[in-house]
Amino acid sequence: MKILLVDDSSTMRRIQKNTLGTLGFTDVDEAEDGQDAVSKVGKTTYDLVLMDWNMPNMTGIDALKAIRANPATAKVPVIMVTSESEKTRILEAIQAGATNYIVKPFTPDVLKEKLDALH
Amino acid sequence: MRSELINPFLKATMSTFQTMVNTTPQPSAPYVKAEPSLSHDVSGIIGLSGGAKGAVIISFPTKTALSTVSSFIGLNVTQIDADVTDAVGELANIIAGAAKADLAGLNVTISLPSVVVGTNHKVTTPKDIPSIVIPFACTHGEFVVEVCIAVVEQK
Repeated sequence: MKILLVDDSSTMRRIQKNTLGTLGFTDVDEAEDGQDAVSKVGKTTYDLVLMDWNMPNMTGIDALKAIRANPATAKVPVIMVTSESEKTRILEAIQAGATNYIVKPFTPDVLKEKLDALH
Repeated sequence: MRSELINPFLKATMSTFQTMVNTTPQPSAPYVKAEPSLSHDVSGIIGLSGGAKGAVIISFPTKTALSTVSSFIGLNVTQIDADVTDAVGELANIIAGAAKADLAGLNVTISLPSVVVGTNHKVTTPKDIPSIVIPFACTHGEFVVEVCIAVVEQK
């Protein structure tokens, strides 16, 4: 499974990458913001995108909308991984096409559960 | 200041540290910050806007910051560098985001994090907004979370 990690925090990318590694997912690319993510998703075929919400240049929700609006990338699974924990935000993300939603702080078990749910 | 504005940040700090830093911080009694401002070595700051204005600040002595971040990122760090400042900013971001859920009725927006580094620096908050300091102690040392928040009256 090829995964794109999108977060402006290098810390969160490192933590998620380590967690994915322990779960057996080692084919992982990184993007620093929404713009970077949309660009990479347009050039490379990913099986999953893990997307932060609050980022400079382009937010995760705007990147999600851009990915869904492009027929070539519309079906890529995108899981939001964010500190935005209000129900209205979760609903907004689902309506924008998020495949699933993980609220920070989260444990490795939560990430595994959401990955398992993809199959 | 109403306790319902402070408790979400106390609860969010505890859950964030328990989940992401593998320690259960013990809070002491919160107190109103008096001038002069508190002195710290590393501070992560998140601005609050929308239905409430102000900021939430998590501040560490250097030793506590290094130990906390080492546990958070799973890598031993020995000096304050870009990895540490990014991690402190992310901790502030996660705490503010988690607290926001309990302030849902206020429709609060949080900023991207800023981090200040410097021995004995001071973070000054607006004088017209009350600022409550919550001291914590955990296996990594002591730190404080400062909540400076006021509800914005809707017109």
